[in-house]
Amino acid sequence: MDAIYWPSVFFLIFGALACGFALAVLLSANIVRMAFYLVLSLAATSGLFFLAGQEFVGAMQLLIYVGGTLVLLIFGVMLTSQERFVNMKTLAGDWVIGMIAGGALLSLLTAAAFSVPEWRGPERAAVENLPIEPNATPIGMGLLGARVDQIGAPADERAGMAGYLFPFEIVSVHLLVVLIGAAYLARAKRRSNPLPTG
Amino acid sequence: MASAINKLLDWMLSGLGLSVSADSAVGYIVAALIHITLIINLVAVGALVFIWLERKISGRIQDRLGPTRVGGKFGWLQTLADGLKLITKEDLMPDGADGFLFKIAPYVSFAASIAAFIAIPFAGGPYPWIAQHLNTGVFFVVAVLGLEVFGVILAGYSSASKWSLFGAMREAAQVVSYEVPLGMCAVVPVLIAGSMDMVVIGNQQAGLFTNWFIFHDPATFITFWVYLTCATASVNRAPFDLAEAESELVAGFHTEYSGLRWSFFFMAEYGSMLSVSILASVLFLGAWNGPIPVASMLGLTAANGDVPGYIGNLLGLLNVLFKGVVGVSVMIWIRWTLPRLRIDQVMATCLKYCTPIAAVMFLGAVVWQYNLPGRTFFGLLAAPQETFAVDEGWAALPTTTAEPAKPAMVERGAATSLAPRLAANQGRGN
Repeated sequence: MDAIYWPSVFFLIFGALACGFALAVLLSANIVRMAFYLVLSLAATSGLFFLAGQEFVGAMQLLIYVGGTLVLLIFGVMLTSQERFVNMKTLAGDWVIGMIAGGALLSLLTAAAFSVPEWRGPERAAVENLPIEPNATPIGMGLLGARVDQIGAPADERAGMAGYLFPFEIVSVHLLVVLIGAAYLARAKRRSNPLPTG
Repeated sequence: MASAINKLLDWMLSGLGLSVSADSAVGYIVAALIHITLIINLVAVGALVFIWLERKISGRIQDRLGPTRVGGKFGWLQTLADGLKLITKEDLMPDGADGFLFKIAPYVSFAASIAAFIAIPFAGGPYPWIAQHLNTGVFFVVAVLGLEVFGVILAGYSSASKWSLFGAMREAAQVVSYEVPLGMCAVVPVLIAGSMDMVVIGNQQAGLFTNWFIFHDPATFITFWVYLTCATASVNRAPFDLAEAESELVAGFHTEYSGLRWSFFFMAEYGSMLSVSILASVLFLGAWNGPIPVASMLGLTAANGDVPGYIGNLLGLLNVLFKGVVGVSVMIWIRWTLPRLRIDQVMATCLKYCTPIAAVMFLGAVVWQYNLPGRTFFGLLAAPQETFAVDEGWAALPTTTAEPAKPAMVERGAATSLAPRLAANQGRGN
């Protein structure tokens, strides 16, 4: 029994679920079912994050990706209720273009994954050789302006090291602008020549 | 827990000449099964009790008696009789329905409703009763609570009925909108506690009820009521039950469902009501700490040994469940008191009232915490030092270079080094 390394087993289970449902997205022709399979695939991916002990990233995956797919699902139901969109037939040319684009990305990711030497040995050794428990906390604190991973550095090196607060703020303001723009575009237009109201 | 089970198995099997190592997989599987069984039973039995409670309370509010016969006094077995009736009902599916999605939708709702309980603590202290102790428990629970709507939308779409689809669309719009103020309200206690760990948040409210976060400052007091409104809306309860408005949409998203599938939706709804109530109690109402710290007065803490700690945790469990049931009862009371809102009124409540109020209260709590750190009960009392020690998990910034920060999270926080925390993390993983 001790020969089985259970984290690997669970990794394989979640990975197979994620890949299987991703294939189901590809092979299904109904748009709502596609969205549902996408949800399951993304949820299995968040399971992988939880397995790695990264609860924050896993919950983020659930909130953003799975919750985002919810909106996709709603639009799928609302906007494409005509018969020709609900069941989509893919043309042969689309298959070819999709295969080229997807295959290029797949080969890139595969090459990148196999280029990490620690990921090629047995998993158990790689996990046990980790210096500290990997954690999303340094990234989160970095976004708040504190580089906790650099806390041991001498004071003169740490001067001006503001973490990732600045890019974080820029992205936030950018998103705020986008939100305001969306609200402006979506609001009901006033008539140019309004009737006098009593 | 897993290692304790392995030790127990080892002791039981030693007579047979077998031995179980302390980190054997058997213990982990048994521990997981125990947690799952407890959580599913909490939701299922909770639904039985809450449905009876709902009938009884609604009867009293409408000057009726409610159920009186099944099970002798007070009709307390009425729900069981209903359940038996539901099992014997024919399992119908419309001709035009998408069979796969139609069948799976109730389970999606139910699974999402149960999943939230994985990260909810039922007793605190150094040895909390929690299925999976997550660092970011609040975030996880809020994220999972938003997933229940998937089952509703799938049900509405796959039923091939326009009433169902209308109900599902309304529910989608409502839940997506109300997640925003709900998340903002949940952030306020998090920023006061300095942690997203629900056990830490609960433990910081130990002591008298004056330490509860609802009484921390005026902003949190208002935030609690906004949270209650948003929680009622996000679990789709009246007066926000637009998705099943029976006067307009027959029964909304579950029009076409019958029998046990239908009852799964209701178990999910009552499970969500309980989980948002327990979340409210952890975030605002002192979690497992009663208004008067009876357990610590009697010495029932883990510091005095295992058995007193266990009894103290049992009292904490009763506290959490009592607060949860009170929260559900308040939701039932609201449902039978207020008339249903229109869809535009529901949206206006969220976007024009709840969201701005929550945002302003968030700012208010920040300003209050910045100017009056370490105070509680509207700033009148000093908070006990030990309850406000935030375990940030790394050494505080050296004060030689950084000027002492006023927000005082770092300055007041326990200056623990990384090493003991890692050891603690590894120890508590099971």
